[in-house]
Amino acid sequence: MTMDVNQLQAKLREHQSAMFQQGFLDDQFSQLQKLQDESTPDFVLEVVTMFFDDSENLLKNMARCLEQVPADFKQIDAYAHQYKGSSASVGAARVKSVCATFRSFCETKNLDGCMRCLQQLQQEYSLLKNSLQYLFRLQNDIKAAGGSFS
Amino acid sequence: MALETRFHVLAVDDSLIDRMLIERLLKTSSFNVTTVDSATKALKFLGLVEDELRTFETSVASEIHQDVDVNLIITDYCMPGMTGYDLLRKIKESKSLKNIPVVIMSSENVPSRINRCLEEGAEEFFLKPVQQADVNKLKPHLMKSRNKGDQDQEQEQDQHFHNKRKDMEAISSPNKTRLKCSS
Repeated sequence: MTMDVNQLQAKLREHQSAMFQQGFLDDQFSQLQKLQDESTPDFVLEVVTMFFDDSENLLKNMARCLEQVPADFKQIDAYAHQYKGSSASVGAARVKSVCATFRSFCETKNLDGCMRCLQQLQQEYSLLKNSLQYLFRLQNDIKAAGGSFS
Repeated sequence: MALETRFHVLAVDDSLIDRMLIERLLKTSSFNVTTVDSATKALKFLGLVEDELRTFETSVASEIHQDVDVNLIITDYCMPGMTGYDLLRKIKESKSLKNIPVVIMSSENVPSRINRCLEEGAEEFFLKPVQQADVNKLKPHLMKSRNKGDQDQEQEQDQHFHNKRKDMEAISSPNKTRLKCSS
């Protein structure tokens, strides 16, 4: 049974609200949405897609570095710094927060701490990705049903 | 009524996401935008060519004809290779480019870093992620430099030699594999 536009819009609002409330997203994500308009209708999707690609690369690189003996903490920190930056730029608040913790473990050369952070990052990224993909799907469904969303 | 030409901003950032963001922010404010992913590419775009041995030879650089008209440069601080700070210095040391306003962006709030950049001649220092409110601060700097272009160049020659040997300690050979921008 297909939902009508109003139901979809309600679902979208609810989902988005939850993402903010649960700290997955912060105000920066709203800023991205504000930058999207008729002339750039896919801006948020493009930036987020770029973020997904970036995330996957960084997570892979960090994992690889942590497997090396001895671990190159400076290099891992450089990756964490990069990830912190990109997550901040898209409003991925929880990812950003874990990156900050990750960086302090790099500073103290705490391998265990780094490994735990990497795991946490992988989890947070996975959760965020699923949530955002659901958000975009809802938006597409609304558009397909002839509706719009702010 | 005269047609007002759009200002042209050169944005420098090694992060693709941040380049997308700054480009969108600038275009929303009706700027023409060129983005590059490194300070080296920025200098090439601006018409400065690197001397093989060490730093940019400004006396040679001023001979190179610039086809591009850049009204403002906005650059990330922390980049592999040449940092935004190094780029700022090169620009301020260049006879042909020193009047172009430069803005620095950084994800880290380090007062000593901010002060160093402002002392070196940066107009503004924006904390990332950059907001629309930050970009709105750019127009006054652009209007100012548009008017300044009419002024006497000779006064600025003396200033150029005075600034040139300032603060050498910041220049070190770039480590290309890591970020070297510790505070």
